[in-house]
Amino acid sequence: MLTEQEQQAIGEELRHYPQPRAAVSEALKIVQRHRGWVSDESVRDIGAALDLTPAEVDSVATFYSMIFRRPVGRHVILICDSVSCWIMGANPLQAHLAATLGIQPGATTADGRFTLLPCACLGACDRAPALMIDDDLHVDLTLEKLGELLEKYA
Amino acid sequence: MITVYVENQPYPVEPGDRNLLAVCLSLGFDLPYFCWHPALHSVGACRQCAVKLFKDESDTQGRLIMACMTPVKDGMRISIADPEAAAFRAGVVEWLMVNHPHDCPVCDEGGECHLQDMTVMTGHVRRRYRFTKRTHRNQDLGPFINHEMNRCIQCYRCLRFYRDYAGGRDFDVMGWHDDVYFGRHADGALENEFSGNLVEVCPTGVFTDKTMKPHPVRKWNLQTAPSICVHCGLGCNTLAGERYGKLRRILSRYNPNVNGYFLCDRGRFGYEFVNSPRRLRQPCLRGADGDRPAVGPAAAVARVAGIIRGGKAIGIGSPRGSLEGNFALRELVGPDRFFHGVPDRELELVRLALALARQGTAPLASLQEAAACDAVFVLGEDVTNTAPMLALALRQAVRHKPAELATRQRIHAWDSLAIRDAGQQAQGPCFIATADQTRLDDIATATYRAAPDDLARLGFAVAHALDPSSPDVPNLPPDLAAWAQRAADGLKAGQRPLVVAGTGGASAALLPAAANIAWALIKAGRPAQLCLTVPECNSLGSALLDGGGLESALAALRQGDVDTVVVLENDLYRRLPAAAAAELLAARHVIVLDHLATATTAAAEVVLPAATFAESSGTLVNNEGRAQRFFQVFVPEDGIRASWRWLADLIVAAGRAPAAPWRNLDELLSALSAAMPVFKDLRAVAPPADFRMDGQKIPRQPPRYSGRTAMTVHRDIHEPQPPDDADTPLAFSMEGQPGHPPPALIQRYWAPGWNSAQALNKFQQEVGGPLQGDAPGRRLLAAAAGAAPPYFADVPPAFAARAGEWLFLPAHHIYGAEELSSVSAGVAQRAPRPTVTVNDGEAERLGWAEGREVQVSVGDTVQRLPVKRSAQLPAGVAALPAGLSGQPWLPLPAWGKISTPSIPPVGGASATLRSMPSLRSTSSPASAPSAHSANQAPVPPGRRPGLQAGSSPSVREVPA
Repeated sequence: MLTEQEQQAIGEELRHYPQPRAAVSEALKIVQRHRGWVSDESVRDIGAALDLTPAEVDSVATFYSMIFRRPVGRHVILICDSVSCWIMGANPLQAHLAATLGIQPGATTADGRFTLLPCACLGACDRAPALMIDDDLHVDLTLEKLGELLEKYA
Repeated sequence: MITVYVENQPYPVEPGDRNLLAVCLSLGFDLPYFCWHPALHSVGACRQCAVKLFKDESDTQGRLIMACMTPVKDGMRISIADPEAAAFRAGVVEWLMVNHPHDCPVCDEGGECHLQDMTVMTGHVRRRYRFTKRTHRNQDLGPFINHEMNRCIQCYRCLRFYRDYAGGRDFDVMGWHDDVYFGRHADGALENEFSGNLVEVCPTGVFTDKTMKPHPVRKWNLQTAPSICVHCGLGCNTLAGERYGKLRRILSRYNPNVNGYFLCDRGRFGYEFVNSPRRLRQPCLRGADGDRPAVGPAAAVARVAGIIRGGKAIGIGSPRGSLEGNFALRELVGPDRFFHGVPDRELELVRLALALARQGTAPLASLQEAAACDAVFVLGEDVTNTAPMLALALRQAVRHKPAELATRQRIHAWDSLAIRDAGQQAQGPCFIATADQTRLDDIATATYRAAPDDLARLGFAVAHALDPSSPDVPNLPPDLAAWAQRAADGLKAGQRPLVVAGTGGASAALLPAAANIAWALIKAGRPAQLCLTVPECNSLGSALLDGGGLESALAALRQGDVDTVVVLENDLYRRLPAAAAAELLAARHVIVLDHLATATTAAAEVVLPAATFAESSGTLVNNEGRAQRFFQVFVPEDGIRASWRWLADLIVAAGRAPAAPWRNLDELLSALSAAMPVFKDLRAVAPPADFRMDGQKIPRQPPRYSGRTAMTVHRDIHEPQPPDDADTPLAFSMEGQPGHPPPALIQRYWAPGWNSAQALNKFQQEVGGPLQGDAPGRRLLAAAAGAAPPYFADVPPAFAARAGEWLFLPAHHIYGAEELSSVSAGVAQRAPRPTVTVNDGEAERLGWAEGREVQVSVGDTVQRLPVKRSAQLPAGVAALPAGLSGQPWLPLPAWGKISTPSIPPVGGASATLRSMPSLRSTSSPASAPSAHSANQAPVPPGRRPGLQAGSSPSVREVPA
């Protein structure tokens, strides 16, 4: 079941488009904002709200890498593995992160605190290597900086 | 003619809006492709059809283009063989094959795989990729389709067929990049009625025929013959294949005038009744002790002849039996003692359709013509369930509008994605007026729900709105008049309007109303067509023979001049109230010829095992009056024979003729042609038995048919002589002319280098066009030229609801409503539970929740059924399943009562109080094969784990 807040937010989006189908990516973002991820049930609920079948919603949901179809941790770390960051040492950074958190890329820590995801580019090539935690971009990273950084996210 | 230069050689090409790939294939070149399909057109997704395009004669460099996305132009110079183009195509196949599992030996597509063909064609013979392949979890897509996503090459054809062509919305593409998944949101049967076409549309083995899994066979081991679908009245063309005495599968047989490239799922998967354990395989005679031992054919014929010689026999024909069988029965009993195996009411409706075709000015539309129409009115008929392929045709009819919009934006007619984008939500006018919601409502401009008589009144009102000289409808409510005016305007706006009605709509007033609309449109200068559906595969053909229906047969019996009833391919308990059927079957002698053991055969003194469409050759007449020949696929080993052969023997044995009236099909067809003028063209439906290609017959078995000498070695080490086929130019052998036979005789599609069904390209005059040679079949009916029939004037009074009573209408269902297909396990599994559908508001008022069991009384028949609530079915009417296995026959439409049972039921939720004879419930879903063991390979450890990269179902963990 979508919450009243979610329904309201989706209803607001629907007013911007001639076809309810057009609001599907916004609806997915709304649900993810509230729940952290989009469950199968949410896919069906969004379909019901937009007059779409679950398959049609899932088609969009699975297309976008930033729509999470599995539960994620309280904080999502997106670490760039694109070429600029790679040149500037993203690989050891990622390995360090994985070792510190004790998880492989794509996984969530046992305490549900972090999910580590590689990503293609954060648009911060000039200040590589870069990563993003939730909505915060962190640039010019070094191994030393990493430890402090994680502290901030409980 | 324009000229296209291929490898510097000039080729004349018809001018027109065509893409280069279609032109190259039509010219006979082998140019590989995946995503293009002649019915789905171009999207340019697979990059496989690359060719070199040169500016002019002096251009030696050229540039690579995708043939499917390039319009053909006069003077165009291209090269297919250019080394760069060839290398590009080989490279594309190599990429596509990177994740392909190379599991051809265990793949059902192996040996008829477009991917195999194209891989060989491009010369990609050595795999260089040595790394982990992407794997997926497969889904259970129901009893018809097997899913093996690892084989996918991402051509998107499945989605383009399922979603864009067939209107399915429960199947989509998930994920992105190299992790694309075609499937459903969750496991479950594909809902669309045309899902079986994925088997042929998919260029590889992602979607294969699950019904073939228990009896798999390679294409080259199949004995095949051209056939006609027997599961509804549309007469779709099929290719039926057999091995080891079992019918193995049905594929679509291309007929541009009828079904085109496709089939519905009932037609494709309903075939298994042929292999059913319920098949009658030997003649049986009832002895004095009531036992019915099997006997030899001679004993059976002698016994029946003795009975018939008495001279007091009547014959009951069959709307699912061939013309030949019905005619032979008529010859045996005499024309005035021949009755049709359907209730008088149904016969009258079919005869009315016949009359409309003959006297009217509006021609009966073929499926192809229906798809070409651009404005549609459906009056009273739930076409998805009564004539499924017509629904698919109507879906194409509403797509002319977006195509027109696209043409105005100078988009090519074959540029399917651009058309889809340009058209957005645009759809051609389609008005649907039915009693309850239909599966076509999503393409409707407007729908209207009413009782059948009110629907007919609406039809008359539409005709009146088109032509005020047509009869007016008294007391028409203003909202209905406005709806009628809107429909009239919509139809008039079309260049090629179509009016659809049929015998499933449960009112005799619907057909005249539909005719009035079509005639009014013609008067208004629109080339309108009528499309009338009929219940069964030979309803129209058998109705061409004189004779009354079952009530007339009953009346004849009651008059006392009858002591013997000969029933041809018919279960009377599916046609009459049980008491009436029992009365007919209580005649002194009952002789039944049929395929399956039924309640009717159970009552027979003599049962003669009759050949199905797969074991005999004959003629069926479809809903537009098109006579089409089906050809015997294999010779059954048991006592099974074509009905007309049994009947020919009986005619001689009973002394009705000194010698066999017909020794083969052609002689029978000549007799039929001579007997009635309407059948004069019957012999031209397909080439006669003495037709030869280069002096040879046409082989049913492919040249690579294996095991021929070993198949029967457990009985006899000598290879038997192939059985002779006296009826057709086809041979039960691999020997014969291997070339392209005339269209009516095409037994398989194969061409050098083209092992898949797409070898069809080589049999067409141009891809997507007519077949090479005479079009198969003949239309027997023609609208009278220049006829101006008077409008039908019998406008029925408005429906009046009765207090405490409901008018019960038949609810048709694609799965389970047709007798033969419902015996097939897959179809039985998809059959709906019997319910009684009532209006939502009414149910609310009466306190009936969905699923609440109620007692339904129609006439003497009382049954308990769960309630199904419908927001759209009008109050005062209710719907009961028509023809569902295990349900009693009811003379629908009929008034009856619904009450709440006071005593809780003893049995299950839908226990039928007055149940049918026990034989009739043997096709329960319980006998269906268990769900296939889907390959549910776990995600390999090397796979990039990802919540990102689109977590497609291949990696998704479904929360409990």
